[in-house]
Amino acid sequence: MRIRCPYCGERSNDEFYVLGDADALTARPSGENAEAFHEYVYQRTNLAGLHRELWYHSNGCRRWLVVTRDTRTHEISDVTYASKRGEGEAA
Amino acid sequence: MSSAGRLPTGGRIDRARPIKFSFDGRSMSGFAGDTLASALIANGVSLVGRSFKYHRPRGILSAGSEEPNALVEMRAGARREPNTRATSVELFDGLQAQSQNRWPSLGFDILALNGLVGGFLSAGFYYKTFMWPAAFWEKVYEPLIRRAAGLGRSAGAEDPDHYEKSHAHCDVLVIGGGPAGLMAALTAARSGARVILADEDFLPGGRLNAERQEIDGAAGSIWAATVAAELSSMPNVRLMRRTTVFGVYDGSTYAALERVNDHVAVPPPFQPRQRMWRIYARRSILAAGALERPLVFANNDRPGVMLAGAVRSYINRFAVTPGQRLAVFTCCDDGWQAAIDAAAAGISIEAVIDSRAEASPALGGELGKRDVRIFRGAEVIRAVGSRGLQAIEVRDASGRISSILCDALAMSGGWSPITHLTSHLGGRPVWNESLPAFVPGTLPSGMSVVGAANGAMALARSLAGGRDAGASAARDFGRSASDAPLPKADDEPATVRALWHVSGGRGPAFVDFQNDVTAKDVGLASREGYRSVELLKRYTTLGMATDQGKTSNVNGLAILASELAQPIATVGTTLNRPPFTPVSIGALAGHHRGKDFRATRLSPLHEWAKTHGAVFIESGAWLRASWFPRPGEKDWLESASREVRAVRSAVGLTDVSTLGKIDIQGPDAGTLLDRVYCNTFSTLAVGKARYGVMLREDGFVMDDGTTSRLATDHFVMTTTTANAVGIMRHLEFCHQGLWPGLDVQMTSISEQWAQMAIAGPKSRETLARIVDRQHDISDAAFPYLTAREITILGGTRARLFRISYSGELAYELAVPAGVGNAVAAAIMEAGTDLGIQPYGLEAMGIMRIEKGHVAGSEINGQTTARDLGLGKMMSKKKDYIGRVLAERPALAAPDRWGLVGLKPVDWTTRIRAGAHLIPIGAATTTANDLGYVTSVAFSPSLERWIGLGLISGGASKHGTRVRLVDLLRGSDIEAEVCDPVFYDPKGERLHG
Repeated sequence: MRIRCPYCGERSNDEFYVLGDADALTARPSGENAEAFHEYVYQRTNLAGLHRELWYHSNGCRRWLVVTRDTRTHEISDVTYASKRGEGEAA
Repeated sequence: MSSAGRLPTGGRIDRARPIKFSFDGRSMSGFAGDTLASALIANGVSLVGRSFKYHRPRGILSAGSEEPNALVEMRAGARREPNTRATSVELFDGLQAQSQNRWPSLGFDILALNGLVGGFLSAGFYYKTFMWPAAFWEKVYEPLIRRAAGLGRSAGAEDPDHYEKSHAHCDVLVIGGGPAGLMAALTAARSGARVILADEDFLPGGRLNAERQEIDGAAGSIWAATVAAELSSMPNVRLMRRTTVFGVYDGSTYAALERVNDHVAVPPPFQPRQRMWRIYARRSILAAGALERPLVFANNDRPGVMLAGAVRSYINRFAVTPGQRLAVFTCCDDGWQAAIDAAAAGISIEAVIDSRAEASPALGGELGKRDVRIFRGAEVIRAVGSRGLQAIEVRDASGRISSILCDALAMSGGWSPITHLTSHLGGRPVWNESLPAFVPGTLPSGMSVVGAANGAMALARSLAGGRDAGASAARDFGRSASDAPLPKADDEPATVRALWHVSGGRGPAFVDFQNDVTAKDVGLASREGYRSVELLKRYTTLGMATDQGKTSNVNGLAILASELAQPIATVGTTLNRPPFTPVSIGALAGHHRGKDFRATRLSPLHEWAKTHGAVFIESGAWLRASWFPRPGEKDWLESASREVRAVRSAVGLTDVSTLGKIDIQGPDAGTLLDRVYCNTFSTLAVGKARYGVMLREDGFVMDDGTTSRLATDHFVMTTTTANAVGIMRHLEFCHQGLWPGLDVQMTSISEQWAQMAIAGPKSRETLARIVDRQHDISDAAFPYLTAREITILGGTRARLFRISYSGELAYELAVPAGVGNAVAAAIMEAGTDLGIQPYGLEAMGIMRIEKGHVAGSEINGQTTARDLGLGKMMSKKKDYIGRVLAERPALAAPDRWGLVGLKPVDWTTRIRAGAHLIPIGAATTTANDLGYVTSVAFSPSLERWIGLGLISGGASKHGTRVRLVDLLRGSDIEAEVCDPVFYDPKGERLHG
């Protein structure tokens, strides 16, 4: 499989580490609700189709990427940074 | 001996270059340009091997990589290689080949008796015959079957050759160097596109080298050579001969095996035997050609029965003939060509049998004038002869059976496109009734298929298809392909009417030659309910041999379809998986074998440790100094104990460079650390170090280490050696994925800094001798947990941390990796009169157990901070990863397994990690299991065996006694549960 890293260009998937569902993993709950954390840590949808997932370019730029991959064909339709540094949540 | 042999003229062989080789110890000779198969035929060999299951005599069926029969052992000694297709082996001087699966000899094989009791070994025999008693399977039946049914023998010794892996990128990958592939490559290449043409043969041209067809009025082989020469001369083209594209993978990635030195006896120095290619191609053009189908009739496996196209290859390309009296059996026009070519080479044609009553009278051309017997609407029902063909029985249109003497039979059941690579990503071939054959269905992204692989069997159509695909690929890259005129070639449509099975002959009619599957087996499977192609395949093993059923699949499923009275399109076909042809494990491994399986990491202090005679141990990818033996010491324990005593009484130096080190900078660095550690770091004063524990989000401990603050916005984190990579990734995830708004940057500095611990009551005195005078490291100026950037040895940058793992007054000193060895040597010299000694991983491990520090055995992914006695570190004032789920009731239950110390009641008794904790007097059962021993050591300081363990109830069990039961090693030792800090429990020594 080949992943087009927005920073490094197209690279072999050997260079990457995959973590899983990007939307689920980055939606960390705030507060004390154990149920919400249970959902966050353990519950995942195993879907057949377009999946947004987190890949880490460990042997490259070390950026976490959101790779949109069709789980049925491994076809990758989109790759973006998981974050744009300096934007988003305030400290 | 048969009448096979070399023709006096012709062929694309170099008669000026004779080549010596041997087969089963017999010296033979051939010519450059021969394959082993053609050279064997030239030497009159027709019996080449014995079949897998029935040990039937077998000859050569094909002239290519689809060969199911002619499998030989190549080479000798450590280079011996079984199951090599003689039809694909390029002849070389000194080649040694042996026939296989025969005993005692190829001519007389005792196990050929299997052939006489064939009914016993029919479809599904594994499942039916050896059901009972179950114990017999492993001990009796399987070894028996394995010995009786088999292929070649592996070398049984390490392969002395090297294998390489390479990567290549191109615009267009053309797979197959026949007419369609050459035309496609030429068109794309002339447009300027970067082209790779991979062809499994050593001579480009495909069928053009095997046929007498003309292109532009000259021999097709000449056109092929001209095109190949032009391609070779172009800088944007890589023409890869002897290279099989064997797999298609996601993202337009193709795997290919280049047989760099399979055509020489021993690879030249520093050259690989084979090279594995990973090819990234924006477009691919599959021009793999087609495979001829055998005809299925009784004894169709007799040596001398050969595919018609193979007969033409041997006659036209190699100038050898499988016999002097040839018969042809065909159900298509194409088969007749074998008779025409053979006749032109002066071989006697005994008969042409065409199963089609309507076969055109024009077929065969001049043959009629030569007094050749021609049968239309007739079938060969049986081959006669055992070790070589002697005659065939023909049933003519009126049903009359006659016998025709011949020593070779060319058969053609029509051609099937090679769709294998189109299926590797799941594409299912579709049935084309007019061919009749399966043609490519859904294609891998970026692939197009041309020529015979796409069902275009006529030469002119192949060339046109190749040109169009090459031009189309070029246009995809914005290049314009010039409109070079299409070469002129034959465009005769060839007709075919399928003939799947000829019944009525006595003897097995083979469908799968390599796995000995007959038409009867297919029928039996169908009657027993195995009616899908997948089940048929598994039940009969049809198509499961090393040839993946290249010559058998279509015949097999066509026979199944006829048994089921269903159209072939409904029955469908199984999908092919990589590899297209067998690939040696050596090629897949490349250089990654033995010690080179993965990289070995050496610490920047490796040379220092080596100088002091360290014994190294593999720890992950690292080589770490384990202990430093001295003369007279009898084992590691004696050495490590001496090192511990040196540290506890004087001073020692050890290498801790393998710890993960992460530099974290930015205004929000403290905030990030607060969120990833369960304890607080934002309050840490500049110039201070603090021990930290990280949890996973599920509440269990992930890692621990010391993090120091060098400036308000600058921290240096250490992680455990094993988790160095994972923690870096985790921090980046936390930052980029969870809190991208934090203004913080981090980078791994594990490789940039050499780090050593200087530990013991005399460590300060030692260090003071190398630290530059302006830096005061007295206890008052540099108390416990101080962390500062200093200089040593007259200006060398260093970072000094007053932290202790050993429990003694101790420091860790980090210096740039390049000066690590020199600094360590300087410290050793400075401490000589103070009794400094190097110490290793074993001594470090003993001292951490004496101090009750947790390590990988305790931070095992199943323990919480509370379990490890670190619960007080969990901040209540801030959010951090793992905080909420760590509070789940079960993770705070009082009976959870918690960390304790363990002391055998008899202090001399050695205890072992892994022993389970069982109450005194209770049965040794899982139900009574209280926990287990995680780490043990002989403590030189306490002069007794001690251990750490996890026990239900944790600290509440202090003072009680348990049994340490190790059923694997047969020990049962009584021990007292105690506090895990065995040595200096008040921690006074590290403040010294």
